[in-house]
Amino acid sequence: MSVLEVRDLRVTYRTQGGGIPAVRGVSFDVDTGQVLGLAGESGCGKSTIAGAVLRLLPASTKIEGEVLLEGENVLEMKPGRLRAVRWTGASIVFQGAMHALNPVKRIGDQIAEAITVHQQAGEKEARVRVGSLLEQVGLPTRRMQDYPHELSGGQKQRVMIAMALACSPSLVIADEPTTALDVMVQAQVLRLMKELQSELGLSMIFITHDLSVLVETSDRLAIMYAGKIIEEGPAETVFRSPQHPYTEALSAAFPEIGDQRFRGAPMGLGGDPPDPADVPSGCSFHPRCPKAFEDCSVTEPQLYPAGEGRRAACLLVPAAKTTTGVGT
Amino acid sequence: MSRAEVTAPPPPANERETVIEVRDLRVTFQGRVGLIEGLRGKKGTQSRAVDGVSFRLRRGEVVALAGESGCGKTTTARAIMGLQPVDGGEILFEGDPLPRDLKPYRRKVQMVFQDPTGTLNPRQTIYEIIAEGLRIHGIDRGPNGEPEEQLVAKALSRAGLRPPDRFFLRYPHELSGGQRQRVVIAGALVLEPEVIVADEPVSNLDASVRGEILQLMMKLREDLGLTIIIVTHDLGLAWTVADRVAIMYLGRIVEIGPAEDVLLRPEHPYTKALLDVVPEAGGLERPILTGEPPDPTRIPEGCRFHPRCPVVESGRAAELGIEARCRTEDLALREMEPAHEAACYEAFLRRDGAAPD
Repeated sequence: MSVLEVRDLRVTYRTQGGGIPAVRGVSFDVDTGQVLGLAGESGCGKSTIAGAVLRLLPASTKIEGEVLLEGENVLEMKPGRLRAVRWTGASIVFQGAMHALNPVKRIGDQIAEAITVHQQAGEKEARVRVGSLLEQVGLPTRRMQDYPHELSGGQKQRVMIAMALACSPSLVIADEPTTALDVMVQAQVLRLMKELQSELGLSMIFITHDLSVLVETSDRLAIMYAGKIIEEGPAETVFRSPQHPYTEALSAAFPEIGDQRFRGAPMGLGGDPPDPADVPSGCSFHPRCPKAFEDCSVTEPQLYPAGEGRRAACLLVPAAKTTTGVGT
Repeated sequence: MSRAEVTAPPPPANERETVIEVRDLRVTFQGRVGLIEGLRGKKGTQSRAVDGVSFRLRRGEVVALAGESGCGKTTTARAIMGLQPVDGGEILFEGDPLPRDLKPYRRKVQMVFQDPTGTLNPRQTIYEIIAEGLRIHGIDRGPNGEPEEQLVAKALSRAGLRPPDRFFLRYPHELSGGQRQRVVIAGALVLEPEVIVADEPVSNLDASVRGEILQLMMKLREDLGLTIIIVTHDLGLAWTVADRVAIMYLGRIVEIGPAEDVLLRPEHPYTKALLDVVPEAGGLERPILTGEPPDPTRIPEGCRFHPRCPVVESGRAAELGIEARCRTEDLALREMEPAHEAACYEAFLRRDGAAPD
């Protein structure tokens, strides 16, 4: 059973210079109780997907396709329905916890607000719930009297997580939730999220550029490049034995300590991630791909089956040959 | 430097010539107080950002300074650059203390900062940015009489921006993040330095681009014999590029040694804790230190790590009869294996079966 089904999602930002296609046809499911890791570099469209699911993007943005949250298309919801669904149906933990909290309101009131606005719970009920939420994220109840500046970065991120859980949503989206945090605090927050996820059976989308974090937290991985998913499958196998050359390069950017292949030999890709306004023809990765051959600049690969529960958008995947007739 | 032994193989790293020596370096930041409290004579709290750091940098090696934020790694790097007033200790360059006039020293020791976008003047062309260093140092010809343009071109192409003249008239905003970081590196290279101090040189770059910049740094070490200090929070990065790793905690080096030793056979519990939180599959099952990053305004007595130390917390220190020392007696680095030093009473015990005097 899927909490979220995204079908052929296309998002185009409108700018003075014309439309910029940030997401170019993405489909995926998030199953109940599962964590989907969405990885990619800046500009690949991963945060845009989060914005599209909750419809948090600028009004001028063109969004096509279907985003079915528990069977209901978010993209067709009326404003009233949308407001009801945000926070109760799906909630989000943003990357800059430091800036997402209101500096002049006590954190308890901020969490309570999310509850009273969305669930018509009374003040008192909300208070009790705030207390138990704070405990759940490992903060003492008395901290609800604190203002954001009295908390450290890690504590603020815990408050953000408490807020995201406030209305018991069916889906939680975490967009780079630990990027701004120190290594030790990052590990604490990741462990907390993992514990909450398995305790509450949360369905989650976890977005980050750090593939090593995703392997630790996700059941499935989807790797994005230039607005498309280019590889997906079980987290561990995608990371350990990537099928797409881009995934391979990305996972090499997070070398395991002790792995002699990387000792004294950092691995990287030439070139830079493409400009979303000017995506290369054929396979969008071909100008940087160490394995590219002629057809790559012409034929745009689709996601082909690539092993158990896996798909990859590369012409080198054996299944690609039968589909496209392209020889390697 | 003598060139007599060009044909002889390079001596092993631990016998090579010392380029920079840091001795008992101390940097204190004075906290501020409000006007009224200031008038009442109240002083702000002192923050001992660097609190007795000593190490030697040998010619041609890459040393990583690693630790959590607030451990003093960046302040140490800045002090080495002469960008940070020092409250105690000494920095020796090729055996001599830093002179009052740092200009000639800065020519030989160049810094690469974390954020290439913030480092580059947006209104200067790439050519102007690179040539500025030469002009500041009054260099209008290279050692073989090359004109400025040729020196700039050489620096750009060494940094991998080829063909260099294609970049001369461009502005930083026209370049990608990776290219901008290359410009910053070219700006450092144009003065033909001996040492590069790089503060988190890739942390602002996209993951797939990082490898290229690190490859470039490795190549420069290889081709030009550069000595490199890399400040980083990323131990995976240290594993890929560093010959030696120094782990810092609350203003001190608590462990230092060859990267293989420190990262694969760590002696200090803090190093172990840092290694335990490097994300990888299954890593969340391992212990994580509790508490927030330590506070340099309140450095604990004894071993500065003891309030978070799993050896103390688990009661193992008490069992071994070292707990009192952990809590009260400050300690210095001691050699565990050749060239591998750590500052931990438990490690000392393991080393020689008895607590040292």
